[in-house]
Amino acid sequence: MNISLILQMAADAEPGRIGLVCDGRRWSYAALMKAARGAAEAIARAGCSYVGLLDESSEAASIALFGAAIAGVPYVPLNYRLADADLAALLKRIDPAYLIGDVERVQRLNPDSGHQTLARADFVTEAEKLGETASGDEHDGEGIAAQIFTSGTTAAPKAALLRHSNLLSYILGTVEFGSASPEEAALVCVPPYHIAGIAALLSSIYAMRRIVLLPAFEPDAWLQLASSERATNAFVVPTMLSRIIPRMDAIGDTLDLSSLQSVAYGGGRMPLELIERALVLFPDTGFTNAYGLTETSSTVALLGPEDHRAALSSGDPVVRARLGSVGRPLPTVEIEIRDEEGKLLPAGERGEIYVRGEQVSGEYRGRSALDAEGWFPTRDAGWLDAEGYLFLAGRADDVIVRGGENISPGEIEDVLTSHPAIAESAAVAVPSAEWGEAVGLAVVARPGHAAPSEQELKALIKDRLRSSRVPERIVFLDALPYNEMGKLLRREVKKLFNS
Amino acid sequence: MKAGSKLKSAVCDTEVMVIRGSDVVVECGGAPMAAERPATRAAINPAFAEGTKIGKRYVDAAATVELLCVKAGQGSLSLAGVALQAKDAKPLPSSD
Repeated sequence: MNISLILQMAADAEPGRIGLVCDGRRWSYAALMKAARGAAEAIARAGCSYVGLLDESSEAASIALFGAAIAGVPYVPLNYRLADADLAALLKRIDPAYLIGDVERVQRLNPDSGHQTLARADFVTEAEKLGETASGDEHDGEGIAAQIFTSGTTAAPKAALLRHSNLLSYILGTVEFGSASPEEAALVCVPPYHIAGIAALLSSIYAMRRIVLLPAFEPDAWLQLASSERATNAFVVPTMLSRIIPRMDAIGDTLDLSSLQSVAYGGGRMPLELIERALVLFPDTGFTNAYGLTETSSTVALLGPEDHRAALSSGDPVVRARLGSVGRPLPTVEIEIRDEEGKLLPAGERGEIYVRGEQVSGEYRGRSALDAEGWFPTRDAGWLDAEGYLFLAGRADDVIVRGGENISPGEIEDVLTSHPAIAESAAVAVPSAEWGEAVGLAVVARPGHAAPSEQELKALIKDRLRSSRVPERIVFLDALPYNEMGKLLRREVKKLFNS
Repeated sequence: MKAGSKLKSAVCDTEVMVIRGSDVVVECGGAPMAAERPATRAAINPAFAEGTKIGKRYVDAAATVELLCVKAGQGSLSLAGVALQAKDAKPLPSSD
């Protein structure tokens, strides 16, 4: 099994069809396949242990991904936004690598390494040249297609391994080959080091949906490219959507976005009012909420377009609430909620989300996190409703343990969402001499509203929950800290209470 | 044969990847498929010459075998002389 099959099939079926557009250059499936074969040849000659990418999104990411796959060497896209010290540590962990992208930075951070480094343009030129004569014979290697360092919002980055079998199971289980019409185009703006960036390439090529790359996200550029390339599909993280929506109000009338049939989102919590606003602004667009992790080869559950519209128009509070869910498991994936002892919990009860399926790797360099029956503990907290819709409730690691009692931040944050003057909030564990840990609360007031008093907030939480949930300390902020993918950085919130 | 392995037709260009099924011999164009194609192509049986389509999945009635066609050809697929059927797609909304 090799993920290069995906590109090979597209190139066999319609060699001349355009598969990728980047910076004005248009790549056919045959041209991409030829470059991937050439890249595999260059990678094999280099004799390195990894293929690294330290670059923004471009055609080089696709060529490197499939070239590494053919050569049987793990592909490691790196986060170029990391601070020097953090990136240097990751570069050391993949030494020696065939590295594409920021040559100067690699040499500065890892001067004594065995890395062989090429600038993007040099790599693409080399791959195209060698592609003229390369055999394209597949090598299995260790069977690892990609190694992705987790973002490390709570601990040091882990090296998650995705095998060819995991990624192929995901694609073959969710995408019908060649199902896209020649008009269809997917606007891809997620960075290449994110699992969604890899999944977007694989899914789009297997569907034979043209990929339109936007290397650096910016809302006006996104809207203009969506319009000029007649994009039919797009994937965004919630923070991107929150930046697109005000620009829609400002310049939306000047652009034709009628081609946009489908917008998928994921990678962070979507505020309810944001998705409701998006459904109104894009009345003819189907919205899909996807939940997945690096370790699960992307999506494991989704809330589809019909679910969105049904929830929005329903008078039944149970159906209406599903707009805040991540939908139901894929047909090829099983999901269970378990308590701390690993006991299965019934619908409606909050616990840790466990996932099982062929696409689920749960494997890190040196160890597997899967249990004996193949279940992966996600460390995400959540619950299922009676019809199997999955609701997320933060990270299991974010639980606040106050005097032996477990408190989920989501319980407190959900109560505060109902307050008209509060835009958002984050509850975290703070050290407490009396209880070991207690609740610390960061609150952001809604624009145009005065922040409520501490007394009022404490009374609200005591009234709606119970006294153990009442925060010991409260801070008021202008905004909560998020990373570039829209993930709340709870460790940064915690730091606010150290001083 | 086992899941993930590739099989080639002895009579045409058809190649399949095994999605499900083991320890059975599938035929293409009436002739057994194998990991390697013979040096000279066998003759196609006209009863199994409707062709294969790239990207289609083929299953037997009991669903013991499922094959993904990764390269199209003139032969059609069968198991012990019984034609395999193309499986209907169940489309999911695109989530990437």
